[in-house]
Amino acid sequence: MAKRELDKLDDLQYDVLKEIGNIGAGNATTALAKMLNVKIDMNVPRVELVPFTELPDTFGSAEEVLAGILVQLDGDIKGMMMFLAHEESAHHLVNALMGQASQEQTGFSEIEQSALSEIGNIIIGAYLSAMSNLTNLKIVTSVPYIAVDMAGAILSVPAIEFGKVGDKVLLIETQFGELDFINGYFLMVPELESYDVILSSLGM
Amino acid sequence: MGNMIKVGMADLNVCRYPDNLTTLGLGSCIGACIYDPVTKIIGMCHYMLPDSTLIRNNQNIAKFGDTGIAETVARMEKMGALRSRMVAKIAGGAQMFAVSAGAAASATMKVGEKNAEAAKINLKKLGIRLLAEDTGLNYGRTIEFYSEDGTLLIKAVGKELRRI
Repeated sequence: MAKRELDKLDDLQYDVLKEIGNIGAGNATTALAKMLNVKIDMNVPRVELVPFTELPDTFGSAEEVLAGILVQLDGDIKGMMMFLAHEESAHHLVNALMGQASQEQTGFSEIEQSALSEIGNIIIGAYLSAMSNLTNLKIVTSVPYIAVDMAGAILSVPAIEFGKVGDKVLLIETQFGELDFINGYFLMVPELESYDVILSSLGM
Repeated sequence: MGNMIKVGMADLNVCRYPDNLTTLGLGSCIGACIYDPVTKIIGMCHYMLPDSTLIRNNQNIAKFGDTGIAETVARMEKMGALRSRMVAKIAGGAQMFAVSAGAAASATMKVGEKNAEAAKINLKKLGIRLLAEDTGLNYGRTIEFYSEDGTLLIKAVGKELRRI
């Protein structure tokens, strides 16, 4: 199987990846809306090849505080999937789920972190199951891991993982939200070989 | 007041007094800071992976502990710093996501620890004394390295400022 160069993806291949992101995020947003019983809009995903050094800037600055939920992927597609939300949005999410205002002024209590990682787990799961249905590929996920910290620090984890093979990350970013209420991003970081698997599964 | 020069991820830089160096949001990466107290020349390398020899795609020397630290020292020497006077401080190497079990998972997640080890090994190889470190644990750090006296200021979310 000819290995595709990440730098040389053509427009059509980008569109396919974008559409996968779109469908996955659509499913995830629906899951979230059902869980919280609110209406949530989402935008068209952005698919971009970003040098990992610029990855934190996607979220404002490297020091911007984010809640990140990370799931490792195994099976036909290997890599990492992250759901990221700004601290304020993450608070909104947790409050909406728990049905009460947070007791914490800053940061998250243990139970809130646990709720947040479960939210992340559910919506990442919805994203991936849509992707799995579409591509007919098997995706196995790990348990969710959570971190609330500076964007640069959180994103160093996928950046390092990807840094072993290259200097760029394929960012499939979908933003969804109900006005300013909830804003979230999906970051899909498949291993290099997995792009081939994804594109091939769709006959590309 | 000098400039505060930003060092990105997988990046390195050197400067002399009154300029200073900073890097934002260090996670599992290491900020290796080297200081020559006489010339007040400082260098910083924000590397991501411990060892370039284990990776095939290794053109970016600032990405790795071994090549990154060596290059930082070489550039400082070019500016007039003396290796025998150099001292070092390191920060970062956190494990950002708590992982319970799984061999495959822990290898990826423990890169912070390996990065910190790499700093010590490579500094020793170059004969540079490690004065202080703030590494490990599970949180991100922003660091500022001051050329005036080699102070390393460490900021973290929800934590007190630390000086080493």
